[in-house]
Amino acid sequence: MSSEFGIWLAAFFTIGIASFLYKDNPLYKFCESVFVGISAGYWAVALFWENLITKMFDGLGISYSLGLWPEKGALQDIFSGVWNWNILHVLAAILGIMMLMRLFPKIGWIARWPLSVIVGSTAGLWMITYFQSNFLSQLQKTVIPLFDIGRINELSEIGAVMAEQGRSIPLDNYFAAYLGNLVLIFGTLAGLVYFYFSKEHKGIFGRTAKVGIYFLMITFGASFGYTVMSRMSLLIGRLYFLFSTWLGFVN
Amino acid sequence: MDKFWERLLTIDRRVIFVVIFLALSVPIFLQIGLPIPVTREVQVLYDSLEDLPRDSKILVSCDFDPGSEPELQPMAEAAFKYFVENDLRFIVIGLWPQGPIQGNRAIEDIDESDDEYIVKDGDTLYFGADLVVVGNDTAWYGIDFINLGFQVGQELVIQRMGTSFEATFPSDRRFGRPQKEFPIMDGIYRLADFDFVFNLSAGYPGTVEWVQFAVDRFHVPVGAANTAVQAPLAYPYLDTGQLSGILGGMKGGAEFEKLVGHQARATMFMTSQTMAHIFVMLFIIVGNIAFFATMKKSDRRGIRE
Repeated sequence: MSSEFGIWLAAFFTIGIASFLYKDNPLYKFCESVFVGISAGYWAVALFWENLITKMFDGLGISYSLGLWPEKGALQDIFSGVWNWNILHVLAAILGIMMLMRLFPKIGWIARWPLSVIVGSTAGLWMITYFQSNFLSQLQKTVIPLFDIGRINELSEIGAVMAEQGRSIPLDNYFAAYLGNLVLIFGTLAGLVYFYFSKEHKGIFGRTAKVGIYFLMITFGASFGYTVMSRMSLLIGRLYFLFSTWLGFVN
Repeated sequence: MDKFWERLLTIDRRVIFVVIFLALSVPIFLQIGLPIPVTREVQVLYDSLEDLPRDSKILVSCDFDPGSEPELQPMAEAAFKYFVENDLRFIVIGLWPQGPIQGNRAIEDIDESDDEYIVKDGDTLYFGADLVVVGNDTAWYGIDFINLGFQVGQELVIQRMGTSFEATFPSDRRFGRPQKEFPIMDGIYRLADFDFVFNLSAGYPGTVEWVQFAVDRFHVPVGAANTAVQAPLAYPYLDTGQLSGILGGMKGGAEFEKLVGHQARATMFMTSQTMAHIFVMLFIIVGNIAFFATMKKSDRRGIRE
């Protein structure tokens, strides 16, 4: 059994949170509150040091002026007549201060300006990024032959060699070559038909849309299966911690 | 018989919790090994690493926190062991504040050396704490690996690395010294100077952002180690070739451990995971049978219609 105080504390909070599985209780509420408080505190400190200090105070040169950081910042550059990209820190700081104006109802409208900069730049950045990565690249790889003839020939050759050694190619390789592309193409088309709402889902169009629903359901099911797997992994991690690190039952 | 099914449907949920608890706990004590077949996506990642020449520089982005440790920490440890054994140099960063701390923990956990001793090489003193030993292989902090810490800004950090790596990560995490003082950073000016990016991701920012910026914009190959929740989001990038392999959840970690020859926690936990999945599937099947068995005939007709 561990003699470290930190391990005991972690075990106490693990059991405290898990006690909710029996029913809601004061121990769970205590552990939950501590977790929320510590998380908020951690983020406040992390953002203060990583964001406010490094990006604003160091970037502007306030830390340099106070002798806390060796490198000059934007303000030193401006006063010495050096013009470089560092000066953008001043603009960012002004926008940041404008954002804080939300705290004062009478001049809260000023916060709309930096907000509009954020919305505009984010939208512009993501528009290009998503178009390139999630649309064009995906679309390009959907335009494929129905059957992967090249892969099938390749598998036949490899299969012949492996058969001589008494081995065989896993079935999923053949499945991928014969049916994988077919499923991909038909699944994409059926899914698109389901999301086409300008025509009533009747007849062959309706039946294709229904197949599209099945494809979506399988996707959601697979995704949910992965989520279950993930949650189980986390639980295994905590149980292992309790049995091994804390109690020392397992090496 | 109907009463039996009705009782099953109204069973106390805590009974299910106890069954799952036992399904997960008992295999931890028994430590039974199960065969772990390697899937294509894991093999692709391993092959991508195998193709890297010696002294290649790998950027390891730890984008997770302790909440995802059971899934991602074994992957990080297996990867670091592989890097040390194969003379691959790695630079640890994080887009999540706790990520580089997790990276440090993984490095400490794989280290078999005694941190107390000091090695003298000419006028230079090397401290045991700067050395990582895995079997017969060694790696020195600042020469073979380094931790540059966390940088705020989510995906924009990746975007900025594309133009200047030094401006994005100016100093190392351990000593707070300028990163250019460390030999490992020689020749690294921007993201494209890395040979590979290994991303351990539990959400946003993570693998999706690395694909969108590092792969599609700066053409750096990225391999992903994901939590199981995150993995379905990354799979579409695999067939398109945007991702050079995926380790999905603990199962992916176990497969990777098998490939690199260091079967550890992920492999050990696979039995518990398998048992839990079997019970979850049984619950779903039994629950559905009970549901349909207790349904009135008129309701069944309604479902058919």
